[in-house]
Amino acid sequence: MKQLLVLTAREFRSYFDSAVAYVVITLFLLIAGWQFSTALFLNNTPDLRTLFGIMRFILLFFIPAISMRLFSEEKRVGTIELLMTLPIKDWQLVLGKFLAAYLLIIITIFLTFVHYITIALLGNPDFGASISGYLGLIFLVGAYLSIGIFTSSLTQNQIVAFILGFVIIFVFFILDKVVFLFPGFIANIIEFISMDYHLNNISRGVVDSRDVLYFISMMFFFLFLTVQSLESRKWK
Amino acid sequence: MINVRNLIKQYGDTIAVNNISFEIEKGTVLGFLGPNGAGKTTTVRIITCYLSPTSGIVTVDGHDVLTDSLEVRRRIGYLPENTPLYMDMNVVDFIKFMHKMRGQDGATNKRISEVVEICGLEKVVAKNVSELSKGFRQRVGLAQALVHDPDILILDEPTVGLDPNQIIEIRNLIKTLGEEKTVVLCSHILPEVEATCNRVLIISDGNIVADGTPGQLRGSFEGKGRLSVLIKNNYDSFLENVSRLESVEKVTLKGKPTEESYELDFEIVKGADPREEIFNICKNNDTVLLGMKLEETSLEDIFRRLTGKELEQ
Repeated sequence: MKQLLVLTAREFRSYFDSAVAYVVITLFLLIAGWQFSTALFLNNTPDLRTLFGIMRFILLFFIPAISMRLFSEEKRVGTIELLMTLPIKDWQLVLGKFLAAYLLIIITIFLTFVHYITIALLGNPDFGASISGYLGLIFLVGAYLSIGIFTSSLTQNQIVAFILGFVIIFVFFILDKVVFLFPGFIANIIEFISMDYHLNNISRGVVDSRDVLYFISMMFFFLFLTVQSLESRKWK
Repeated sequence: MINVRNLIKQYGDTIAVNNISFEIEKGTVLGFLGPNGAGKTTTVRIITCYLSPTSGIVTVDGHDVLTDSLEVRRRIGYLPENTPLYMDMNVVDFIKFMHKMRGQDGATNKRISEVVEICGLEKVVAKNVSELSKGFRQRVGLAQALVHDPDILILDEPTVGLDPNQIIEIRNLIKTLGEEKTVVLCSHILPEVEATCNRVLIISDGNIVADGTPGQLRGSFEGKGRLSVLIKNNYDSFLENVSRLESVEKVTLKGKPTEESYELDFEIVKGADPREEIFNICKNNDTVLLGMKLEETSLEDIFRRLTGKELEQ
């Protein structure tokens, strides 16, 4: 367990040493802030709903950008061999890296809380709705990130990892929007596996264990696939 | 310490390691020798639990690499081929990181400064790994393999790409380490193995073709001896006289004879030494003897004969 946190610390620091963290945080805040303030003045309503909508969308690009190097870079340089011959279990390596990226993205998201303060000065935003909005996002990025890590473990090329990650995340993102194309019973299934459906439930302030369980099992599933993909090298 | 039984490793249709067995005793410095692509790296990767065997049993200190892999990994310090390192970390952070990742804590700083000293890294501790020269990177790689004071050290081609001075430094370091640890040194450079190892294992196309001390290998593979002789004059009568010697099997003239000298290549009976007789023949024949050299079978000859391949150096 201790080793897992040592790895998390190294990965987290490495985001800052390589300037990835600064680029991600700056760009994310710029885009989110610009879109949010434009919408704020157009709608003239003091709430964060538009901000959450924007963040959901731009995270589609940001998450695979953060996760793409986690394993692909190690594979390319060969440090994966150092890492995987250490006395530490494979799932601990995966989880250690996952937590580092998760921490970075959670910090980035919480920096947008400054917009809440702005509108709190202007009007009377719903604090509870804002908190559940953030809570939903945290679950969402966890699921996105586990997909990104998985695609990163498939290839030694960061670009391939990014594109693949983006495509898979996008499929989960879009499902909710195309659900009307399908007949009733399939539609129910699609709705159930779509991320937005569960996210909307949480954001509305209804924290149902089914929705929480959905996101946790998504993370678990893709992290499990990542471990499998890393271990497959042994038998090739 | 390390026990390999009937190890087979297949990649698809190609067999990288074909049913090899060997055992490495504690305190051995083993030279694992073979041409490129012979299966050295594959074998070593299986011992370090990076790859799994297709079949066969590999144990390290009694622990199986498949069922007890964490215990195996704990006992090994490993420097992979091409020395992969985290380029974005500085030297001391990197070594510290590897130390902690091996579950070691307590007296960390003391141990790190010890390792830095052993590997001669004092001058570069604060630098980024990416700024280091190849020689220093190699030492950082060694330092991370050593830092948890493992019983077994596995080094995959640790001197590739170094200049002659650096090579000698690394070799000396390995020699010193070999005094108290079991070392497996993969290489395709023979002088390196001769200089550092007390046992040599030659592998070719996935099979072990020789196993023993450098001396033993030389003994068992020594065939006909060779003697080269350089004389100045009276070639014909000299040749007639030496042909009568029992220990000489064949004499050939090497190169074109010049006015000044004839260079002769003698093939002699195993273990014989006709140098004194040749000297006496020269004396009686009034031949001026310019030089004479008895050639030992080198490990290189053995290697070439066993693997059918030329060496790089």
